[in-house]
Amino acid sequence: MPQEYIPIAVLIILATGLAFLVVAIGHLFGPRRPTQRKGQPYESGMRPFGPGTRRMPVHFYLVAVLFILFDIEVVFFLPWAIVFRQLGLFGLIEMIIFIVILLVGYIYAWKKGAFEWE
Amino acid sequence: MNLSNASASLNAILPLVVVILWACALLLVDLFITKERKGLTALLAAIGMLASLIITLARLDLEAVVFNGMVTVDGFSNFLTVLFLGSGIVAVALSYDYLKRMGLEKGEYYVLLLFTVSGMMLMAVASDLIVVFLALELLSIPLYVLAGIATPRLDSEESSLKYFLLGSFSTGIVVYGIALVFGATGTTSLAGIVDAITAGSAGMGLLVAGAAMLLIGLGFKVALVPFHMWTPDVYQGAPSSVTAFMAIGAKAAGFAAILRIFIQAFPALSVDLTPVLWVLAALTMILGNVVAIAQRNIKRLLAYSSIANAGYILLALVPYGQSDVAADSVASALFYLLAYAFTSFTAWSVVIALEQVEGKGLELEDYAGLSRRYPILALTMTVAMLSFTGVPPTLGFLGKFYVFRTLLEGGFPGLAVIGVVTSLISAYYYLRVVVYMYMREGEPQAIRDPWLYIAATASAICLVVLGIFSQPLFAWASQAMLH
Repeated sequence: MPQEYIPIAVLIILATGLAFLVVAIGHLFGPRRPTQRKGQPYESGMRPFGPGTRRMPVHFYLVAVLFILFDIEVVFFLPWAIVFRQLGLFGLIEMIIFIVILLVGYIYAWKKGAFEWE
Repeated sequence: MNLSNASASLNAILPLVVVILWACALLLVDLFITKERKGLTALLAAIGMLASLIITLARLDLEAVVFNGMVTVDGFSNFLTVLFLGSGIVAVALSYDYLKRMGLEKGEYYVLLLFTVSGMMLMAVASDLIVVFLALELLSIPLYVLAGIATPRLDSEESSLKYFLLGSFSTGIVVYGIALVFGATGTTSLAGIVDAITAGSAGMGLLVAGAAMLLIGLGFKVALVPFHMWTPDVYQGAPSSVTAFMAIGAKAAGFAAILRIFIQAFPALSVDLTPVLWVLAALTMILGNVVAIAQRNIKRLLAYSSIANAGYILLALVPYGQSDVAADSVASALFYLLAYAFTSFTAWSVVIALEQVEGKGLELEDYAGLSRRYPILALTMTVAMLSFTGVPPTLGFLGKFYVFRTLLEGGFPGLAVIGVVTSLISAYYYLRVVVYMYMREGEPQAIRDPWLYIAATASAICLVVLGIFSQPLFAWASQAMLH
């Protein structure tokens, strides 16, 4: 049984070794001409400005949380839709319970003003 | 699974369903309750748990294996369900006035409390490792939020973050343990694991590793040494009413999982695990009690005391592999949890009565002279401290007595000696609180809130009265067998 995993072990060793090899080759043979520009932090090629700890709108995080909530709902919908006929009425009721629980969260978020972004 | 099957299953866990539905409804109802009337939310939360408690008490001898064997309702789960619901109701009584004083009145507090109680109740009935994991998450995540509910107070945020990081880390270890057990036996059901072991088809090395991971992960939750590091900081930073509940509910739920998993599924591993449990219990009792001596802050002191108590509960589990002791093992652990819950609530309600805004009123010096100005509070605190120490005729004494008896039956006199000696050490810091209250001069400040006083005096009276008439309680715990 463990013999079946040998190819995977070989693959892991090869992949790790290759990564080290490539970095080492670049390190050994690559030319090095440091300038002040190159020493700066990388900001998508733009010239960096200001400190790295600026305030940013927390809305993004709220959007992300809500996205996860309703995205996962869809993840559960898909397999349910595929085996809908086999599950029958039982599956339907299960799904309704699931959606009602999510709906409670949705109404809560709504009334708390989570969707008012201005 | 079909519909009639499902309704029978839901009927078996009716108390749990009631709490979850009630929590969802309360979340919506609370949106329409104004900030001045949050007492209504507190009342509704207590009513929900009371309804669930009445249902549980009405059918205490219910036994059922439902949801395709993933859930087992038996005496063990009924005992713990009563304990969790009782703790939840007392926690509401402790919280209401405290939250108002600290300016923390949020309806979500009570909703989160209901959700975490539902997680604990699920833990009590879980007989499949996947359900254990689900219950662990359901009880932990609301507790992380509750610990940080005093935001933007920094210590509360720190407490919440530390609890979250270490808690999710330990949950990860539990999941890894479940994966290893599944790898070894091909099942996550506790009954299935036993079948695989007796059939000899389980990979024993992998199984021991998985069981050890489960022990580590759950050991984090109940604060066993050396997995206790988070406890003092989290207990100190979280609002006191949350800490009071956390100290009892989370610990009891963690031990519910440990007891059921180890006694039901892993008795065959006791040869490998008993030495580990021995060392863990000894370390937990020694470190908890010795470090508590150095504490001047009452919340940190009780945090170390809760670590030490986890050690005493673990004592009951050390001889779990011997089939003739297993019944006593469960009974004495459950009885100790009950005694610990009463004692802890008594102590915490006095702490809550003395706490002032900005985290003041929590040092030992603030208890000086308490007996003169607030004799009832001083007396209840004294009863709690005596019960923690294990002085007869309190419940704490009987809790320790039964645990040590189980240990001696199992043949571990050395560990019992360590337990007795550490109990003696603990007398020093518990009785120091009493000395401060009765023999030092001071100007203590405390509030007079009826609910808090009722909770404190009622549980103190229970400590003594139930301590004297403990036989029915212990008989109940003895019937709470695992199936």
